[in-house]
Amino acid sequence: MSEQEIFDKIQSLIADRFEIDPAKITNDTNFKQDLSADSLDLVEFVLTLEDTFGGEISDEDAENLNTVGDVVKYIAAHQD
Amino acid sequence: MAGLLTGKQIVVMGVANPRSIAWGCTQAMHDQGATVILTYQNDRIKKSLARFVPEDYPLVECDVAADSNIEAAFKGIGDQYGKIDGVLHAIAYADRDTLQNGLVHTTKDGFDLAQNISAYSFIAVARYAQPILNDPAGLVTMTYFGSERAIPNYNMMGVAKASLESSMRYLAAELGPQHIRVNAISAGAVKTLAVTGIKHHSELLKMSQDRTVDDVSVTTAEIGNVAAFLMSDLATGMTGDVVYVDKGVHLI
Repeated sequence: MSEQEIFDKIQSLIADRFEIDPAKITNDTNFKQDLSADSLDLVEFVLTLEDTFGGEISDEDAENLNTVGDVVKYIAAHQD
Repeated sequence: MAGLLTGKQIVVMGVANPRSIAWGCTQAMHDQGATVILTYQNDRIKKSLARFVPEDYPLVECDVAADSNIEAAFKGIGDQYGKIDGVLHAIAYADRDTLQNGLVHTTKDGFDLAQNISAYSFIAVARYAQPILNDPAGLVTMTYFGSERAIPNYNMMGVAKASLESSMRYLAAELGPQHIRVNAISAGAVKTLAVTGIKHHSELLKMSQDRTVDDVSVTTAEIGNVAAFLMSDLATGMTGDVVYVDKGVHLI
C-alpha cells in the first residue's frame, strides 16, 4: 500500500471514530491537541489500526504516534 | 417467538466499547428477550457508550472500586427498575506495570488492586445485588484459562482470575438456598480493550486461535449466547461451574 492509500484509509477511520470532517484531517493533525483524544481513545484507535492493517503496535511504539503523519509512516514501514 | 429471557431484567457490568465481551453478552441477552441494564465506570465510559448503545438501554454509573458505589448502584436499580433476574460481571483491571513486569515483581499495591477490581468486586456485586434478585436468579462472571495454566504474559491477571473462580464457587454454595446460581464463563482470547494490557497480546491471540478446534477464534456473540443460556431458566441445574466458551482451546 502506498503512503497515500494508507493516509486515505486512516483519514476515513479517524473521521468515523472522532466524528470529524475528513477534509480537516491532514498529516499534521495531532491526536491529543487537534482531536482531543485521551488515552482510551488512543488505545481503541490502535486496536482499529491493528484490525485494519494487521500486526501488533506495541505500547512503546504507540506512544510515539502523535500525529496522523506518524501513523502513516509507521504503517508504511511495518507492512507485511 | 418467545426468547429464553423474555420478561427478565439483567444487569451487565463492564461494557466499554463494541468489542467488549460484555457487549456481545448484552446483545445476545437482548435478542433472547431480556431487558438489559448497563453499568458504566465513569463519565468517560458513558461517553463511549453513547456512540453505540441504543438510547432505550438504561445506564447506571457504578465504579466497582468502592463498595459504596456498588451498594448505591444496585439500590438505585431496585428503586427505579424493580427486581432483576441476573447480573453479568465482566470487569477486570491490573495496572500496566503489574501486568507487564512479571509476577515475581508484583508489588503489594499492584496485587491488591488487581484482586480488588477483578475478583473482590464480584463478591461485592453478589452481596449488594442479592436484595433485588428474583427467585431464581443467575450471576455470571468472565474468567480466562490463565487462571489454571501459566499463560505467557497473563501474569497477575491469572492469579486474580483464580481468585475470581474460587469466589464464584463459594458464592454458588452460599447463595444456592436462595436459588441464586453463580457461574463463570472461561472465554477464549478475544481482541478487546482489556487484552491490550497484556504484553505481546497479538501473540496470545494467535496462540489461542491456533489451538481452537477449527482455527477460528470464538466471537463475543458466541460467548454472549452461552451467557444468555446461563441466565435463563434452562440453566437452573447449573451452579458453581466454569463453562469454557473457547472453541476448544482448553483441550490441548
